[in-house]
Amino acid sequence: MTDRASVYARIIELIDPLNTKKVALLETTTFAGDMEMDSLTVMDLVASMEDEWDILIPLNMLPDLETIGQVADAVYGLVAKKG
Amino acid sequence: MTVDLLAKYDPLIAEHAGLLSTGIRDPFGIVMEKVLSPTEAIIKGKHTILLGTYNYMGMTFDPDVVAAGQAAIRDFGAGTTGSRVLNGTYQTHKECEDALKDFYGMSHAMVFSTGYQANLGMVSTLAGKGDFIILDADSHASIYDGCKMSNADIVRFRHNDAADLEKRLKRLPPEAGKLVVLEGVYSMLGDIAPLPELVAIAKAHGCMVLVDEAHGMGFFGEHGRGVYEEQGVADDVDFVVGTFSKSVGTVGGFCVSNHPKFEILRLVCRPYTFTASLPPAVVACAATSIRKLMTATDKRARLWEATRRLHGGLKARGFNLATDTPESAIVSVLMPDQEATALMWSTLIELGIYVNMSRPPATPAGVFLLRCSICALHTDDQIDTVLGKFEQAAQMCNLPLAVPA
Repeated sequence: MTDRASVYARIIELIDPLNTKKVALLETTTFAGDMEMDSLTVMDLVASMEDEWDILIPLNMLPDLETIGQVADAVYGLVAKKG
Repeated sequence: MTVDLLAKYDPLIAEHAGLLSTGIRDPFGIVMEKVLSPTEAIIKGKHTILLGTYNYMGMTFDPDVVAAGQAAIRDFGAGTTGSRVLNGTYQTHKECEDALKDFYGMSHAMVFSTGYQANLGMVSTLAGKGDFIILDADSHASIYDGCKMSNADIVRFRHNDAADLEKRLKRLPPEAGKLVVLEGVYSMLGDIAPLPELVAIAKAHGCMVLVDEAHGMGFFGEHGRGVYEEQGVADDVDFVVGTFSKSVGTVGGFCVSNHPKFEILRLVCRPYTFTASLPPAVVACAATSIRKLMTATDKRARLWEATRRLHGGLKARGFNLATDTPESAIVSVLMPDQEATALMWSTLIELGIYVNMSRPPATPAGVFLLRCSICALHTDDQIDTVLGKFEQAAQMCNLPLAVPA
């Protein structure tokens, strides 16, 4: 069973190569504001998370996912729902 | 106190100002003082070869097209002042839709005021709450905006990647409504879609398919309908979206389909209903142009010939091109960064060559491009002049070129 901590840890690993500004990656770090990620990079990151856990993260969910913590919650929720 | 709503654009304002402070011309501020033909204009007093207009079939000055527009403005006036569903449908609009039905061999055609609105309207109206839209990552802004405007769930697959599309379709509930949105030609890199693979996978997963043929209409396929015709998937495409502002040579957008319930879309598609219809002169020009494009086989051949000449010539001179072979009438030169692109673009315009400068986020994968689109009316002499100027500009800008193999 995947728990939230392991989901979070893996998300940090996926973000790390895209963190070109080398900002500290915390629960409250934001993608657009802190990391200055452009929308294309964010969408590619979403695709890699979908493939990692074989889940579906529709793009229309993204406006509500501003921080790493929010993404971890959403991914964990989708993984748990999948069972 | 008032919050300045434009403050959010300060970084872009600074970037743009920084670019212009290097003394180059503004790539996004070109004014054509006179347009001499589909391939030539006067810009800042200088005679310039146009190589970035999407005027693929050179119909803008076609005498029959111009005459049709003149007759329509005389007989029907300058504009309709109304929506298509109220007072804005004239005989000219019906004739334009009839021309589209004949051109595509389809039973329904709906004309929008722009190509942007055609995608915005079709994508947002076809897919609603509980449905899924599955789109190629490199889709045009109008498709992304249509997704945003729909209440559907949006799924994006890797550009032109059939395996990735299939993987994502397998995650979707089988009972949900699904629309797969593809483009025949992707306008930034000028590459074309492997439609047979993509459409077969979409159909196997119970999806309806919409193909945008904005950059393919006029010169792909036996009847010039687009990449979907050339690749033989017409029977499996539910909706074709297109534009009048490329090969047709005026402005407007459309969708054609054989779907028996298609006509209801006129009443529910907001970007169709809640805007004024095209002026009579525009639809009259479009109808005449579309009918001429049906049989424009010589022009099609000429367009491909000129495209091969430009692509081959740039490649031979060591430019790094986005596609290894000319896949469409768009030839994109890959550039190393924003500064080099802007300098090269500016040098070309000073030398009398207009191309498009493209930069992220309009381009995929963060690439910078000098984008050329070819016209069937470009002569070999013009293409050779362009090739010479590209070489000269590269020297002036110290742009490193590959040693030709």
